[in-house]
Amino acid sequence: MGNERWSRRQFVSRAGKTAGGVVLGLSFADFLAACGASNAPAAGGGKLEIFSWWTAGGEADGLAEMFKIYKKNYAGVEIVNATVAGGAGTNAKAVLKTRMEGGKPPDSFQVHAGQELISTWVKAGKMEPITSVWKSEGWDSTIPKDLKDIVSSNGDVWSVPVNVHRGNALWYNKKILDDNSITPPASMDDFLSALGKLKSKVQAPLALGSSGNWQVQMLLENNILAAGGPDFYKQVFTAKASFTDPNVKQALSWIKSMLNYVNSDHPTLGWDDADKRLINGTSAFNIMGDWAKGYFTAANWVPNKDFGAAPSPGTTGKYVIVCDTFGLPKGAPDRANAINWLKVCGSQEGQAAFNPKKGSIPARTDVPASIFDPIAQQFIAEFKTDALVPSSAHGSATPDAFASGVNDEMGQFVINKDVNKTASNLQKLSDEFLK
Amino acid sequence: MATATAPPIMVERLPRSRSLTPLSWDRVMPILMIAPSVVLIAIFVYGFIGRTAYTSLTAWRGVVPDYTFVGLRNYERLFQTEKFQADIVNTIHFTAFFLAGCLVLGLGAAVLLDQKLRGSILFQNVFMFPLAISFIVTGTVWRWIFNPNYGLNVLFHNLHLDFLQSGWLTSPSTALNSLTIAAVWQMSGFCMAMFLAGLRGIPEELREAARVDGASEWQAFRYVVFPLLRPITLSAVIILGHISLKIFDLVFVMTFGGPGYATDMPGLNMFITTFRQDLFARGAAIATVLLLMVALLIVPYLIWNLRGETER
Repeated sequence: MGNERWSRRQFVSRAGKTAGGVVLGLSFADFLAACGASNAPAAGGGKLEIFSWWTAGGEADGLAEMFKIYKKNYAGVEIVNATVAGGAGTNAKAVLKTRMEGGKPPDSFQVHAGQELISTWVKAGKMEPITSVWKSEGWDSTIPKDLKDIVSSNGDVWSVPVNVHRGNALWYNKKILDDNSITPPASMDDFLSALGKLKSKVQAPLALGSSGNWQVQMLLENNILAAGGPDFYKQVFTAKASFTDPNVKQALSWIKSMLNYVNSDHPTLGWDDADKRLINGTSAFNIMGDWAKGYFTAANWVPNKDFGAAPSPGTTGKYVIVCDTFGLPKGAPDRANAINWLKVCGSQEGQAAFNPKKGSIPARTDVPASIFDPIAQQFIAEFKTDALVPSSAHGSATPDAFASGVNDEMGQFVINKDVNKTASNLQKLSDEFLK
Repeated sequence: MATATAPPIMVERLPRSRSLTPLSWDRVMPILMIAPSVVLIAIFVYGFIGRTAYTSLTAWRGVVPDYTFVGLRNYERLFQTEKFQADIVNTIHFTAFFLAGCLVLGLGAAVLLDQKLRGSILFQNVFMFPLAISFIVTGTVWRWIFNPNYGLNVLFHNLHLDFLQSGWLTSPSTALNSLTIAAVWQMSGFCMAMFLAGLRGIPEELREAARVDGASEWQAFRYVVFPLLRPITLSAVIILGHISLKIFDLVFVMTFGGPGYATDMPGLNMFITTFRQDLFARGAAIATVLLLMVALLIVPYLIWNLRGETER
């Protein structure tokens, strides 16, 4: 989840390199395939191209850790790290689509579990099932069934989850809360009254960076979860309940109330700029996924000393999951290498190396919690008992066409703050894209 | 641009002996030379335009092509979306102010530089430099300049000019104008160069003659120089106009269409609709509308240009 903005030159040069890499990779793979036809499967050679949007910071470090493990186990394979920068992978996804359309898939690519995987790629017949790998690696006993379900369709499994991010987290500057004797609010009412209390004390009690609007979309889904609970949440994002339901309107009016306490420059700020406000002490709270933690620790903030985390207001006992997975595209040029990569992604060793750097928690439940920071430990414990729901803003609960439409709609809502109109527009999107 | 080539009306008649041998080298050669580019343009420009237009009439949604014919349904839906309606209004607003800004500043700078004062060469280059920068860089720089926390607002505050502070890119009412400022900054130098070339091309004798006839400096400019700049102005309008209709990169880095739809443009909408929403047919419809908008600007110009050439 890097910065939202990126330069087009960077993109073009990367895309160029990637394309070049693919052409080379293909011809080399063809050559290998020709050689390997008579021999045993060509393991221990060739290339492995991994496509992701993990370009910077802890994400890139985590990926590098997994590459290290891969290289140790499968020496001789050259790893091509094909990354495209951009917030929440929005740009990378566009590049991936053109590559897949053009019949030049990478060997494996990062994809959010859920609809982004199933409705975009699996239904289009672009993926190969990995059910046999799943079985042979025994992941049934180590990865929760809820997670397996959102990467499965028609009785097959299509990708392996490497990590779980939490979408519904509330971050706070501990000092400001302590100074004003405020306890981390659990309910929405407590939260709004805490904001009211802080209004005269800090410049803008709630930090918001809404550049690209997806941050507001996260507020929406967190608030829907708070207002309607997990069952309603699942119904509304599968068109079994309406967006004109009082629960959704309640969620929208809560955002409207929150907007009274946010910084006025939020349309130009990214999520990281918003978290910087917490560090500067100009804001006390921010609602953001747990990748925010990486930003705080990078600024030498100590978890539970300088900053703390809680479930976003009203969502205690509920966990919005944003889950990165890797799958196997049909026609992967180095199929055998790619399958080995999936095994690394799903292994205890791989997830233990990747997640502490990435700032997420492992998808496997058997990774020792002791290697993580206190906030991750808290989330790991909650992950085991909480009701899990997939995120819509990050493409798990709903197809991209819907999520992107909601994104625009939330951009409008921030300006017009019209609850009824927004609710009915959201329902229109649901009619068009979810049914 | 003004001297774009048009088919010559007088074809030199070839000697009879040559025209009798149909495969003479002199006749085949030009065709062979032109053929590759004709074929490439036919496929990669007109072929793709045709395919895009066709795609816009299909039901293609999602990553697998679906060529079921649905007529104009995509256009109907497109024009119903609030976002595209905002795009059209924004494009017209942006184009009008962008053109006006570039032409006024460009002409002003050109007239000043044409006075051949000392140092005018230096300023000529200074004004031209922004043109060498890509819109991506311009956008990034201006995004910083407009940042409320460390940009212009801080500068104004320090100069005790607080009344000049504004929401710039953060407020829906000012964002589009802020974007226009950045675009004008980038392209007015180009306009200046064109006008300067135009001014230098007007013989001094004409102005001299006007002065002899008792015209003031302003009158000489208004009635002699200005009319002679008309073809240059038209070319500038066409070039800048099609840039502004197709604008994408500047918006992408500066505002990404926000806040809300305040600075959204058809080009950006096309990208998002196609590659983020996977609504390929609707994206193609936006592309087609965009092409028609540019054609509306370019075609009359080409016709006018062609007529001018043939009259000469």
